[in-house]
Amino acid sequence: MDLAVLADMGKFIGAGLAAIGSGAAAIGVGNVAGNFLAGALRNPSAAGSQTATLFIGLAFAEALGIFSFLVALLLMFAV
Amino acid sequence: MATENAAHGESLVFHPLDQFKITRLFGEGPIEWYTPTNATLWMALAIITITVIFVLGSKGRALIPTRMQSVGELAYGFIYKMVEDVVGHDGAKYFPMIMTLFIFILTANFLGLIPGSFTPTSHIAVTAVMGFGFFIFVTILGFAKNGMAFLGLFWMKDAPLVLRPIIAVIEVISYFVRPVSHSIRLAGNIMAGHAVIKVFAAFAPLVLISSGIGLVVTPVSILAITAIYALEVLVSAIQAYVFTILACVYLRDALHPSH
Repeated sequence: MDLAVLADMGKFIGAGLAAIGSGAAAIGVGNVAGNFLAGALRNPSAAGSQTATLFIGLAFAEALGIFSFLVALLLMFAV
Repeated sequence: MATENAAHGESLVFHPLDQFKITRLFGEGPIEWYTPTNATLWMALAIITITVIFVLGSKGRALIPTRMQSVGELAYGFIYKMVEDVVGHDGAKYFPMIMTLFIFILTANFLGLIPGSFTPTSHIAVTAVMGFGFFIFVTILGFAKNGMAFLGLFWMKDAPLVLRPIIAVIEVISYFVRPVSHSIRLAGNIMAGHAVIKVFAAFAPLVLISSGIGLVVTPVSILAITAIYALEVLVSAIQAYVFTILACVYLRDALHPSH
């Protein structure tokens, strides 16, 4: 097989594999939000003061998914 | 791009990332650092919008605020409360910088949602200047305020002595990854959202090509564009908020490094 075609194939497979990371980040974000909701329903009076923490947690979990998206983009268009 | 050869006539055209292209505003030629580009234009528009809202809004200084004055007051109060909650009372000195970051990112994100416009915050070059600039500022501030005690940020006093060197290495690494994730989070979120809208927009004209499946796909994709656009309005505000609250957290670490 032509080497260039092979390299292209590898790029697309790699980008697809990197996209799995987005799914993993989705699990993480769901975990954060779900646990916050579970805690907030048990003690609604304490929930309001913790929304900042919620958003920080969401941001950290989501950043890793964004990294995998970035890797996929780099593989598709930059490598 | 892999789909470029499919651009002729009877097929869908996918160019989800073309909207992020930097182009010259005037004339032809290579782009230098001083060239006015579409990114320059939309950043300038963001600054003009902010100036108009805040200068005109605070002009009347009415006891019962007008609509524009309420917008300014709400934004001011919201960020001021956040700085006080996260950083503490001595953080009020740095409030103008945090406020500037928040308002600029928020306005740039919202202006970028206008169809056909350009979003400066979708470029890592723009967010990295803010992220790394803030990181360098916070590091210098930490050493200036606390001296060598700032290194206590990496040396956990409550951990067992055996674990402390290992934790210190992890803390140092995570400290230097901060500006990277700080800037890529904003740019990545905005870029991903806009690209998703463009992908659905590419599916929308399918009814013109094949009227069979197109009758199903076209309405669905138009609905999806609407839904994702609404989500993007939310994401624009949340990412501006997240960027500023993380800036506040880093600022707090610099002012009070002893956890």
